[in-house]
Amino acid sequence: MDIVQTLYEIPALGLLFQLIGYLIDIVPKIAPFILLAATPLVLGGMCGVLCERSGIVNIGIEGTMLAAAFTGWTVSSAAAGILGIGEAGLFGITPPLVIGILAAVGVAMLIGALQAWLSISVLANQIIVGTIVNIAAFGVTGYLYTLISKTSPPTVGGLRPFVPPDWLTELPIVGWLFTTFLNQAPITMSVIVIVFAMQLLLFRSRWGLRTRAVGEHPRAAETVGVHVARLRYRNVILAGIFAGLAGAYLSMEATDSFQQGMTAGRGFIALAAVIVGRWTPIGAFGAALLFASSQAIGQAVSFAPPPGQLGEILGGFPGQLWDALPYIVTVVVLAGVVGRSIPPAADGQPYEREAAT
Amino acid sequence: MTEPTATASIDARLLLRHGWAVVALPLISIGLALLVGAGIILVSQLVIPKHEFDPWLPITAYVALFEGAFGSENAIVNTLVASTPLVLAGLSVGLAFKAGLFNIGAQGQFLIGALGAVAVAVNVSSQPPLVAIPLALGGGLLAGAAWGFIPGALKALSGAHEVVTTIMLNYIAVAVVAAVVSGPLDQPGSPSPITAEVRNAALPVIPGTDAHAGILIAIAAVFIVAALLDRTTLGFEIRTVGANPDAARYAGMHPRRLTMLTMSLAGLLAGAAGASEVLGVTRMMTASYSTTVGFDAIAVALLANTNPYAIVPSALLFGAMRAGAGLMQIDAGVPPELIDVLQATILLFLVMGPVLKRVFRLRGARSGIEAADAITRSYAGDVTR
Repeated sequence: MDIVQTLYEIPALGLLFQLIGYLIDIVPKIAPFILLAATPLVLGGMCGVLCERSGIVNIGIEGTMLAAAFTGWTVSSAAAGILGIGEAGLFGITPPLVIGILAAVGVAMLIGALQAWLSISVLANQIIVGTIVNIAAFGVTGYLYTLISKTSPPTVGGLRPFVPPDWLTELPIVGWLFTTFLNQAPITMSVIVIVFAMQLLLFRSRWGLRTRAVGEHPRAAETVGVHVARLRYRNVILAGIFAGLAGAYLSMEATDSFQQGMTAGRGFIALAAVIVGRWTPIGAFGAALLFASSQAIGQAVSFAPPPGQLGEILGGFPGQLWDALPYIVTVVVLAGVVGRSIPPAADGQPYEREAAT
Repeated sequence: MTEPTATASIDARLLLRHGWAVVALPLISIGLALLVGAGIILVSQLVIPKHEFDPWLPITAYVALFEGAFGSENAIVNTLVASTPLVLAGLSVGLAFKAGLFNIGAQGQFLIGALGAVAVAVNVSSQPPLVAIPLALGGGLLAGAAWGFIPGALKALSGAHEVVTTIMLNYIAVAVVAAVVSGPLDQPGSPSPITAEVRNAALPVIPGTDAHAGILIAIAAVFIVAALLDRTTLGFEIRTVGANPDAARYAGMHPRRLTMLTMSLAGLLAGAAGASEVLGVTRMMTASYSTTVGFDAIAVALLANTNPYAIVPSALLFGAMRAGAGLMQIDAGVPPELIDVLQATILLFLVMGPVLKRVFRLRGARSGIEAADAITRSYAGDVTR
């Protein structure tokens, strides 16, 4: 303990040790929150990885998530009005919630289909298409929310975390890991499975090889018999599932209602996670964890500032800085990493088959 | 010997045909979007309980929208005032498009520009207007340009795509405004954080109306940007980099420098929009100051196909919608978010240009947003590689 104190008291350099000490102290405590904050980023990132590995740039993740969040909340609420809320099972799952999640995923896949059609068949600029998705989602959800919120729809409640047994979470040293991964609601828990499954499928399966081929060199893929347009359509629509889950997470797991613009840029941070993670599922997961930690640490600093000299310095910054920390970290990390991160070669390029002659 | 009247009529016909080719798709897109909007108004009545279904509600809503935008002298002034920042921010997005850059950051540049203008204005608010106004405006322009320079430099030096960085900077700008307005600029004694009045730095208004001098600034900016693009070397270089960065580099231009410069100019224009808004309309700033201008500007620039002159009618259209939305809500109970829906639908039909051309048999028509094709299609293949 004395050694630590001596380290802390070194002028200037001591601050660094204080910061490390603070992080060692709080990270196990906030680890569950980091995973929570990372969930929509990871799911959005999976949507981005799958689309861009297939050669479609998708900047409409934000809007897709927002539309899914709204649909999930509205549909589950409507279902509760018709069916009643019903018996809550494991994770607090009720029939209206299941219907809501399915609707959220369904809407996201529909949006994916529209994007796929505009990008693949109409050959529109994919960045403009994504922008339209974002504006449309913001407008339509805002419009309908204004109308529906006046009717005071029935509340359904959200998905609830699983409670692991005490002996597991109270284990010394590793207990917090069990809390982090097991004391979570279903969508958050499923994230890790999804990431590793995607990594395996993308790099170890026939479908994954074809997907990557279509994203790198569609002409070559076509030559060996891959139907480029069909595979791209399928992947963009499937990628909607992840954005849909991310939306469902926001309005049915993290909270139990919809708020206008509740995605708050997460779809774009997810996009940054894809780039920083070099277009791999595990990389995007790591980057999302990094961005999420900045959010959780920012909150920790404003609620439980570190003691001593470091706390005084951090307390001197305006509180808004900590709210903006995830966005600042995203910009800085993106600028630092992106030069060495190379996208799939055909990413964003519309593909036209050569005319048969 | 040619008959002068005949030539004139042929010219007129050519001009008409040429004009129609340019405006056909935008007009059809607007018309179709209004139809879709009417459908949404009609169907969305079903979610309101105990509401008697009114088949004429879309008409009521659109009549109110039009009346709110053009129905009286006051309404027309409101439309002009609402269009002013849209022209400036639309020029910002449009100029960036010309260089192949997608400036989704007009929102943040607007906010920082507004903050810069207010920060200067409250310090010079007792100087004579002839001194105070230019200083405050200059503060806004510079602050906006600085905020635009950041993503430009990040793109030029590291390759970080502006679509992600500008969006992040929009959120950071919101935090900066909140921090500065509730910090150094806060007026002691007010219940919620708010800056002092800009007083002498306020833009002059036509007495008895809300029409402020920002309208003139916006009109001047249109001609300046058009002249910059069409008549200067810099404009030529911007357009070349947008069309083909490799060719630009081969011709001895500096794509990186141009990226930074264009983003700074785009930031300057969006900052001017913010400055004109706080110096001409609100005349102070709250910590939660917010706007829709930055995102509307994307629709303005795309509908205008990034042409500086076409940005004026485009901004007037969306400005009229924003100005009329209030009356639409009062008269027909239709939420103002319908404007966002209409915007998105107009853009949707514009990108469906090739399809519309087939459906409406418009072989000669220009495609909807061809200018936007210059924007980088991906995170790769940009100016830095």
